[in-house]
Amino acid sequence: MYKVKVYVTLRESVLDPQGTAVKKSLQSMSYDAVADVRIGKYMELTIDKTDRDVEEVVKEMCERLLSNPVIEDYRYEIEESVVL
Amino acid sequence: MRFAVIVFPGSNCDVDMYHAAKDELGEEAEYVWHDETSLDGFDAVLLPGGFSFGDYLRTGAIARFSPIMNEIVKAAEAGKPVLGVCNGFQVLLEAGLLPGAMRRNESLKFICRPVNLTVKNNETIFTSLYKQDEVIQIPIAHGEGNYYCDDETLAVLKDNKQIVFTYEGTNPNGSIENIAGIINKQGNVLGMMPHPERAVDPLLGGADGLKLFKSIVKQWRESHAVKA
Repeated sequence: MYKVKVYVTLRESVLDPQGTAVKKSLQSMSYDAVADVRIGKYMELTIDKTDRDVEEVVKEMCERLLSNPVIEDYRYEIEESVVL
Repeated sequence: MRFAVIVFPGSNCDVDMYHAAKDELGEEAEYVWHDETSLDGFDAVLLPGGFSFGDYLRTGAIARFSPIMNEIVKAAEAGKPVLGVCNGFQVLLEAGLLPGAMRRNESLKFICRPVNLTVKNNETIFTSLYKQDEVIQIPIAHGEGNYYCDDETLAVLKDNKQIVFTYEGTNPNGSIENIAGIINKQGNVLGMMPHPERAVDPLLGGADGLKLFKSIVKQWRESHAVKA
């Protein structure tokens, strides 16, 4: 069993209207040090062990469905969990 | 001519699409549920607006893997007219039938009002009854219509005259180059955020969208005319 954490964010080159709105809000709350806010998605997947390499499968899922490569980047963390 | 109106869970402009094809054009139209696996006998495909699969993950992202999508790809490859409006446009982008992607509106607001559009290319099967650079009024209703593509793609869209509609005056959502609708290179797949099916009768507040549907039928009739 694997626990997979997937983070999807808008690409650096793509304006993030939500992030901009949150940044402005934080700045108006006097958090002047906030230089940028990017909003993304966080997903947790539980994946059974199969013959296929788990990293390969996760990458494939990220590219086909979990992110849109035109505007988004993704990264992931894979942990093998021990089933007691 | 026989139109397929694709219905996903969460589609909500399917009835308007059906009305445009069936009642306004007087053509045949049928609803096709998203998990159907055949589009045999249909001459054109209409992907309606709405919130397919609740817009979960990304607009159109889940609908794009519905079984009927394989048939829509085949219909597109066969040169049949495929029109995606609003969520239908988003589905076409996710499916890769059109280039680019959608972002949230710049204002982060859902915008629902009539807008003016410029017909940037009237040499398509969807716009032949409009004049070049004609300004028409069509309603929009979306929260995520902020079209994006990279510079390279944009240059290709321009070179091939694939930008079919642009917003005239104020850009409601922040889309690059004021893009409201684009067509594929082959010229048979059109995606647009504004809703032509909501502007097919003066009773609805305007009929500027009707020519789009009539253009499709005109082209189909001409290409299927029996030559004596």
